Amino acid sequence: MDFSFSDDQIMFQEAVRDLLANECPPEVVRSAWENDTGRTDGLWGALAEMGVVGMTAPEAAGGLGMDETDLVLLLEEAGRAALPEPLLEHTAVGIPTLAEAGGSIAEAWLEQAVAGEATLGAGSDGGYAVGAATCDLVLLIGDQVRAVPVAGASLVEHQSVDWSRRLFEVDGEEVVLDADPGLAFDRAAGAAAAQCVGVAQHLLDATVEYVAQRYQFGKPVGSYQAVKHHLANAALKIEFARPTARHAAWCIAAGDPDRSRDVSLAKALASESVDLAARTALQCHGAIGYTFEYDLHLWMKRGWALSAAWGDAAWHRNRIAAALGI
Amino acid sequence: MDLSFTSTEEEFRDEARTWLAENVPAEPLASMDTPEGFEEHREWEHILFDAGWAVVSWPERYGGREASLVEWLVFEEEYWASGAPGRVSSNGVSLLAPTIFEFGTPEQQDRFLRPMARGDEIWAQGWSEPDAGSDLAGIKTKARRDGEHFVIDGQKTWCSRGAFADWFFCLVRTDPDSERHAGLSYLLVPADTEGLEARAIGRLDGEPGFAELFFDGARVHERHLLGGEGEGWAVAMATTGSERGLNLRAPGRFMAAADRLVGLYQELADSQGADLNRRDQVVSAWMGAQAYRWQTYATEARLRGGAPIGSEASFMKVLWSELDVELHATALRLMGRDGERADSSWMDGYVFALSGPIYAGTNEIQRNIISERVLGLPRR
Repeated sequence: MDFSFSDDQIMFQEAVRDLLANECPPEVVRSAWENDTGRTDGLWGALAEMGVVGMTAPEAAGGLGMDETDLVLLLEEAGRAALPEPLLEHTAVGIPTLAEAGGSIAEAWLEQAVAGEATLGAGSDGGYAVGAATCDLVLLIGDQVRAVPVAGASLVEHQSVDWSRRLFEVDGEEVVLDADPGLAFDRAAGAAAAQCVGVAQHLLDATVEYVAQRYQFGKPVGSYQAVKHHLANAALKIEFARPTARHAAWCIAAGDPDRSRDVSLAKALASESVDLAARTALQCHGAIGYTFEYDLHLWMKRGWALSAAWGDAAWHRNRIAAALGI
Repeated sequence: MDLSFTSTEEEFRDEARTWLAENVPAEPLASMDTPEGFEEHREWEHILFDAGWAVVSWPERYGGREASLVEWLVFEEEYWASGAPGRVSSNGVSLLAPTIFEFGTPEQQDRFLRPMARGDEIWAQGWSEPDAGSDLAGIKTKARRDGEHFVIDGQKTWCSRGAFADWFFCLVRTDPDSERHAGLSYLLVPADTEGLEARAIGRLDGEPGFAELFFDGARVHERHLLGGEGEGWAVAMATTGSERGLNLRAPGRFMAAADRLVGLYQELADSQGADLNRRDQVVSAWMGAQAYRWQTYATEARLRGGAPIGSEASFMKVLWSELDVELHATALRLMGRDGERADSSWMDGYVFALSGPIYAGTNEIQRNIISERVLGLPRR
């Protein structure tokens, strides 16, 4: 039993954190809210240059041969920065699922995807594929994993509360992949859990910073116990969700027999933690947090979206019940 | 990162499980908060110690087997899953012993640790006073220097099993002119000291599990001073780290309760049909125990990497104490009209769990610590 990350894993996390701190400030997130694609200018390319985009592919396919335990810290960082790029769909789900499937579809797409020249999307059957219009190939995950090339597919767009998340129903000529749909789904849900934790952490950090410098009645708002205890409760939820998200990543990478149950543990707790963090952040900011101009809502709405995506807390609690045999 | 157990850890688990299966008493012992039950639990501590299971993580010379922290957590998982009795020596072993290891002289370590581990000497905590609970630095009990002795006058209260214990670890004011955190000392006091009287108080369950301690010129030799004279606050804070964190209440205890809760729901669903609302409450409580487990293993890795447990122990204290209430309250709700019956282990457990958010620093104090020392919010 060793729950420590390696120096390399921590360094990779720090490198991505630095990149996002510099290249993905709130105005860049906002640009993805307002442009035609919901994506950013150049961030995906920068991540490809660092090797992040294709890291989960085998080295033979040009990737870094890394797994979910390497990726989970980066997904937390993506959440923390509200990164509007398809790290979940492409890197956490698309690439490993294509590599697992092999065959002609992998031959056609994998190397391009690893290089960042083709973008993979993912959605659940009957649900939405985020950003499908900017993707080349979308994986639809249900009882099977079906791959749909976007060229020639029909896309029906819906608007998310998070304007950077362009939601698409995708219908087109499909290839059924020789890949485990349960594993693909758990990859998505596990990655969403890690992102929820990152979003929640940012909401908490931003609120702690705000209430320490906002004065009322001659004192910082953050010195009042009512505010402190709200924030302590949010911190508690995050503190206990984070290790379950990291554990879920390990379960996926190691092929643990309780993988689905423990991915659900992670996603349920991570959804609950980001829901509470968002609610708490807004309440503790007061009216400024309720404005469209102030940046808080970019994270709050990402949190709402990710909390519901790939199974909300109640859905995952039901899956745990089934796994427990009750 | 490797979140599977090594073969050594698995062997350790198997050995513990096998021993527990063969040795855990078939019938529950009487409550340890009664005089008879206290002695029954003391006997159980002897059995554990003689088989090498009382203090697995301690050095061999004090009766341990030098198990790693992970192995200790594994032992706790097996211990509570086996239905073994509560640990009557836990206040000494979990709260005082880490302080003796850190601050005790070699003589004190040799004198106290082994008898504590075997249950030959069972310890109780003498910290709270009638006017100093959460505000621990407000204690008034005085210990005046008289040559090689301290002479204690004052009153302690809420002392768990203080009417039966053999020794007390006390926080007292040795500098009469001092205030707040300064001038305090940490004294180890034998229960049979002349001038010390322990009077039992009925707890919420009606049993005499609390005591008040009255000190009236009680003389304690200076060799029983733990840490430096006047440095009691720093010494005591080392203990609160243990009390709030993983030493006192390991995840195994709550995982076992969560598994029993799942079993209880299963029985009721089999006889009365599924109830998805109650099922969801059961799952939420089960998730809390799992979250505590993984957070604890993550903390173990941090500690092994050299990080202190520090104020983050407050996260754990709030989590396990509120989880314990949730687990038992959920069980009582599942039991419907039988929930009020006094003869269930769930009601006993519920009443006990309700003390958790109060003792060891109320959860309001813990939330203050989290917000001020972990999050860095302004104190005023």
